[in-house]
Amino acid sequence: MLHHHLTLTQVSIDFPTDNGPFRALDNVNLYIDKGEFISLIGHSGCGKSTVLNIVAGMHQATTGGVLLEEKEVNEPGPERAVVFQNHSLLPWLTSYQNIELAVNTVFKNKKSKAEIHDWIMHNLELVHMTHAKDKLPSEISGGMKQRVGIARALSMEPKVLLMDEPFGALDALTRAHLQDSVMEIHADLGNTVIMITHDVDEAVLLSDRIVMMTNGPAATIGEILEIDLERPRNRLALADDEKYNHYRAEVLKFLHEKHTKIAA
Amino acid sequence: MLFKAFTKTSLLTNDGARKMPIFSSISLPNSLGNKLIKQLGVPVLAFIFFLAIWHVAASQIQTSLGQVPGPAQVWTQTVQLISEHNRERVKEEKFYERQEKRNALKLEKNPDATVKIRPYTGKPTFIDQIGTSLFTVLTGFFIASIIAIPVGIVGGLSTTMHRAMNPLIQIFKPVSPLAWLPIVTIIVSAVYVSNDPMFSKSFITSAVTVTLCCIWPTIINTTLGVSTIDKDLLNVSRVLRLSWTTNIYKIVLPSSVPMIFAGLRLSLGIGWMVLIAAEMLAQNPGLGKFVWDEFQNGSSNSLARIMVAVFVIGLIGFLLDQIMLFLQRKVSWDRTAIIR
Repeated sequence: MLHHHLTLTQVSIDFPTDNGPFRALDNVNLYIDKGEFISLIGHSGCGKSTVLNIVAGMHQATTGGVLLEEKEVNEPGPERAVVFQNHSLLPWLTSYQNIELAVNTVFKNKKSKAEIHDWIMHNLELVHMTHAKDKLPSEISGGMKQRVGIARALSMEPKVLLMDEPFGALDALTRAHLQDSVMEIHADLGNTVIMITHDVDEAVLLSDRIVMMTNGPAATIGEILEIDLERPRNRLALADDEKYNHYRAEVLKFLHEKHTKIAA
Repeated sequence: MLFKAFTKTSLLTNDGARKMPIFSSISLPNSLGNKLIKQLGVPVLAFIFFLAIWHVAASQIQTSLGQVPGPAQVWTQTVQLISEHNRERVKEEKFYERQEKRNALKLEKNPDATVKIRPYTGKPTFIDQIGTSLFTVLTGFFIASIIAIPVGIVGGLSTTMHRAMNPLIQIFKPVSPLAWLPIVTIIVSAVYVSNDPMFSKSFITSAVTVTLCCIWPTIINTTLGVSTIDKDLLNVSRVLRLSWTTNIYKIVLPSSVPMIFAGLRLSLGIGWMVLIAAEMLAQNPGLGKFVWDEFQNGSSNSLARIMVAVFVIGLIGFLLDQIMLFLQRKVSWDRTAIIR
């Protein structure tokens, strides 16, 4: 049997409600290899975030389970760092200190003081944020905050990087910049990434595979689309690319033909 | 002079007046003089107005202690109270000087004689009473804070604990200090027994009463502050697997510090009000006792002297609040929040 980096096997989850358990996810199976970039896409309320939260260890699957490098996932941990939608930087700490908290916790007895400093600066450099290292989150823009949030997650040297709609709250231009940065970092470090997104272009541009989810309740994986585009990818070059547009159309078809969400 | 400044600026705005026709007479340009008038002139004017009304109203009312004192009489008594304090200090100094002289003489005659310095037992002055009250309120407030903040954190972190504590908090919160006082007095006299007490019983009683009354806002606000921490921040803590203590120090406390300080401010304000009442009722030394003594004294100056106390109580309350406000601003990370 082939061992995958990250395995989700028959993951289902029930949430208790007043009218009995509510099955949010049903029988989700997903195998992810090291270095893969996976996007989860689907209508809102389809349980994308729940999948991510289960991998993060925030939620426990009712049945089935998650294996990361053959070890069962039961609780949150830095080897599954999360980039939250709303950056979640501690507002009273500077960019540097926010990353420092993570680095100090993860590499407590493994790195010397000087190494810790270098590592923090290295991660700030990765997201091009060294200039704002002493700024508080309230003093920098939304895109910059998210960059620091990504740097914080990267600084934990996660085995899987989990991103929950990381660019959802940003304007289109900032979003494009950050997507480029993420692609650059992914090319450099070869992280395994799971990203939730609403944005079809974003999914096609960044991913190796797009996991499309059906609508809830009892949401599950509808289709998985393999994106066979050569890296590094360039958004301008791809805009006219036939393959790219084909993939884009596939995702759109899935979302708007096969699994149309009834307007609420 | 103020009037002059007003006319001057309104003349200057005549040009701008056409551009903003509705507010032309109200929103003057943001010149420095104008700001000064708004920020200093208006409160000063209001205060003068208040003094005038007081003066007129006071002169209309005759009481058993004579006419109700106006601002002038109160000012006289303020000066009087300060000079009384200074006289008392001189008296005290002389008292000790006399003793020392006497002792020196005694020792001259007989070098083996045992000498003693007797403590001065003069009546505490108004200024002394202020000091006592301040020390008492700060002690009570300090005790309340070191209990309330941890309790509030526990209540905020655990819904079960909150459910357990909430009824008790809601029941004890509205209890008046006057109801606590007899219980506290009796328990303190029973429990605080010592041959060489570090503090007087009356001090402990007042301080504990202050604690009991001012502990609640801090508990409630801390609980609220902790329970409304951004869930994402707690998730960050979970992802980092922060230990319980690190989580408290790095995430929980900093994020709820603004709410904690809001609670502390309320607590100190309540504590100060409670203390005066407690001192009056229990005859414990402090400003409250001063007021009560003057009331019992019933001289023609008493009302004016009580009014001095009222102003001082108000002023100290205000200053304490300003100190808390200053601290609140110092520790608040949310620069966008308007704290006042």
